[in-house]
Amino acid sequence: MTHAGVTAVIGAVFNLSHPAHVVHWHFIKLPLANVIVIALMLVAFAVAIALPFPGAARRAAARRGGGGS
Amino acid sequence: MSGAPESSWTVKVREKAVEALPPEKLLPDGQPTYVASWIYMFGVASIASLVVIITSGSILALKGPAWWHYTGVGHFFNSIHMWSVELFFFVMVVHLWGKYWMSAWRGGRTRVWITGAITFLVAVPTALTGYVSQQNFDAQWISTQAKDGLNAVGVGAFFNVTNFGQMYSYHVLLLPIAVVVLVSAHVLLVRRHGVVPPIELNARLATAPAGEAPAPPATSMGAGS
Repeated sequence: MTHAGVTAVIGAVFNLSHPAHVVHWHFIKLPLANVIVIALMLVAFAVAIALPFPGAARRAAARRGGGGS
Repeated sequence: MSGAPESSWTVKVREKAVEALPPEKLLPDGQPTYVASWIYMFGVASIASLVVIITSGSILALKGPAWWHYTGVGHFFNSIHMWSVELFFFVMVVHLWGKYWMSAWRGGRTRVWITGAITFLVAVPTALTGYVSQQNFDAQWISTQAKDGLNAVGVGAFFNVTNFGQMYSYHVLLLPIAVVVLVSAHVLLVRRHGVVPPIELNARLATAPAGEAPAPPATSMGAGS
């Protein structure tokens, strides 16, 4: 795809021809894009704690049983 | 040649270095089992992002502004550099939150925490000088906005964000060296003190009766996992 084509596709998904959306609450004033990134960081943090790590249970069981850990 | 005298500074430095960080600590066989958690992965994810940043940044520095503005490959590497910075800050902030909530300065790890915190603070002007070095309207907008704030705190005279040459020097030499040195010190300190254990494990070790303390965590994870 040409550069112009790529630009057209991205432009179709994200309309950037307007001033940035801003979240304004009391003294807090943040661009919407930054708010989305902060929300994604909070989600990543929660998922990293909640999601089991592959093989973690097996390792813990092996350690409790004294099996070659 | 005969052996160096014991008073030699090289011998003293070597002995101090090996004492502080013996090879088995510097490059261990494995990590404690409690490291098998996604929250422990954000530190190494920060380092991985930093490697991509430095690699793509080196290519941009070699090719120059005309290349990154006017060629397809240049746009690609410009984007790789910018998005790896975004990813670096993203994973570094999650790493910081994780370590804050597990009080990662416990067990004599104060310097580990401090080097990490200073790395974050130094990374901010490293990114800012990058944004104002782009040589486009975005850079012009950011630099004219930032100069008011910097002038207001009195540093504008020697840190002039509208001076491309000065900002570019900060961005490609001084600040990246500072970040790499700080990250290296941070990683070496982690190797020296070990990855901080969960608070729960520390509490169990502290409250267990003498002679019945649970065994210290085994090192069953591969070093790279």
